[in-house]
Amino acid sequence: MTINQIQDEIIEEFSLFEDWMDKYNLLIDLGKNMPLIDPRFKIKEYLIEGCQSKVWLHPEFDGEKISFTADSDAIITKGIVALLIRVLSDRTPQEIISSDLYFIDRIGLRQNLSPTRSNGLLAMVRQIKLYAIAIDAKT
Amino acid sequence: MKSITDIRADFPILNRKVYGRDLVYFDNGATTQKPQCVIDAVSEVFTSYNSNIHRGVHALSDIASEAYEDAREKVRQFINAGHRHEIIFTSGATGSVNAVAFSFGERYVQPGDEIIISCLEHHANIVPWQMMCERKNAVLKVIPINDSGEIIFEEYLKLLSTRTKLVAVTHASNALGTIVPVKDIITAAHTTGIPVLIDGAQSIQHGITDVRELDCDFFVFSGHKIYGPTGIGVLYGKEKWLADMPPYQGGGDMVESVTFEKTTYNQLPFKFEAGTLNFPAAIGLGIALDYVSGLGRAEIAERERALLDYAVAGLSSIEGLRIYGTSANKISTISFLLKGIHQYDAGMILDKMGIAVRTGTHCAEPVMNSFGIDGTIRASMCFYNTEEEIDILATGIEKVIKMF
Ligand SMILES: Cc1ncc(COP(=O)(O)O)c(C=O)c1O
Repeated sequence: MTINQIQDEIIEEFSLFEDWMDKYNLLIDLGKNMPLIDPRFKIKEYLIEGCQSKVWLHPEFDGEKISFTADSDAIITKGIVALLIRVLSDRTPQEIISSDLYFIDRIGLRQNLSPTRSNGLLAMVRQIKLYAIAIDAKT
Repeated sequence: MKSITDIRADFPILNRKVYGRDLVYFDNGATTQKPQCVIDAVSEVFTSYNSNIHRGVHALSDIASEAYEDAREKVRQFINAGHRHEIIFTSGATGSVNAVAFSFGERYVQPGDEIIISCLEHHANIVPWQMMCERKNAVLKVIPINDSGEIIFEEYLKLLSTRTKLVAVTHASNALGTIVPVKDIITAAHTTGIPVLIDGAQSIQHGITDVRELDCDFFVFSGHKIYGPTGIGVLYGKEKWLADMPPYQGGGDMVESVTFEKTTYNQLPFKFEAGTLNFPAAIGLGIALDYVSGLGRAEIAERERALLDYAVAGLSSIEGLRIYGTSANKISTISFLLKGIHQYDAGMILDKMGIAVRTGTHCAEPVMNSFGIDGTIRASMCFYNTEEEIDILATGIEKVIKMF
């Protein structure tokens, strides 16, 4: 599936929930069930510091596609991280660079990606893109 | 005191909804809401007499200058300072601390000298001293706190020495709510003539402040935390210090005469008020202080103590909730964590319920470090809050616990 197909899929999943509580419950579930990051990567080098919550992000490039594993100390943040990874992991650098992440807004979580929240999510998206740009420049 | 219904009616914002729910505003430690009279006063400046202060010879400038100087007098009376010229308007508590750190440092601090602060300080009362110490090769000493979040007085006494040049401590902790025994701190420092700066950003709005009774050498606070506008703050300093300290900013209004060879400075308080200050906010602050006096400061303290007791009783009965800062002597601020739940997660869910709390380190990282945590959830209450709102918070917390 393309990045946009997955985004549309997520929007559809969230549209089943009218109530914000249910949306957050879904995020909490996603956060709790996210595949664990290899503890080796849960170090300062991979830490994206936000003042509200922290995100660890580890990229891996197999010569064609970039995949990511990640973690956060806050569960809701982690749930959103899981969504971002579902959309952006296993993609070519070009796909990542040209992606437009509209799903966050559409599922009503836009505040979570605002610079004022300082929860590490915006920095994470930036980091993912920068990583893709760096790889793209090298290949 | 006025009835709670009448008090709440004075604050238009308290009627608003967030996410379709009644706003429950428990972030008063960060900033307080404004009564209509303050909003009107600021608006009136712009609708009827806006004009730069101390500059023009025209009617509007006279009115504006007079209103501004009236506000200064209101501040003087409110904190019972001896002289009007001991009241300097700044941009806020942060601006005030920076002013003292710079000017005092320039005048009195030598390499090897020491400045004492406490572990409870807001970053605004830490970083300016660190910067000054770096500039002057001086040393910053920190009074530790105990498990209840109180400063350890004996440790403070041990830190006082012939090298101590100044003690700068908060009157009340923004992160935990602890009220610091500043009177004792001042008395001890004064036995050897060491001046003391009190950060009143979290105390002035909660009770009676009398700088002459405290005998502090400097006292700072922010307008926006005492129901006044943002962008205005106060630096009170004893005349003997202010007259002797050099200005920290140069510009208009603070000078007596300027030539390229030599500039002489204006008298107090103008020496420390360079440039055009936020005079509409200063005027608004004067009105805010009138409002607070009108309600009665002893009454406010009593009301807020009752709210604190009610909240402590309600929250401590929730299983898995731990309160940080358990001193018997506190402003109406409660910091807490829920077992196994990140403060940011809890804060986000409470927000969705219309409850405004603050999460994180509250610009007081050393306090968090001393408890080995990286943040708390903070509910900071004031006189316009109600027992019902505390119940809503408690119910909200129970819901949060169930969700995670
Ligand atoms: C104890 C204390 N000191 C200083 C400040 C700084 O105030 P301002 O940001 O208004 O300058 C605050 C604000 O949170 C505070 O709580």
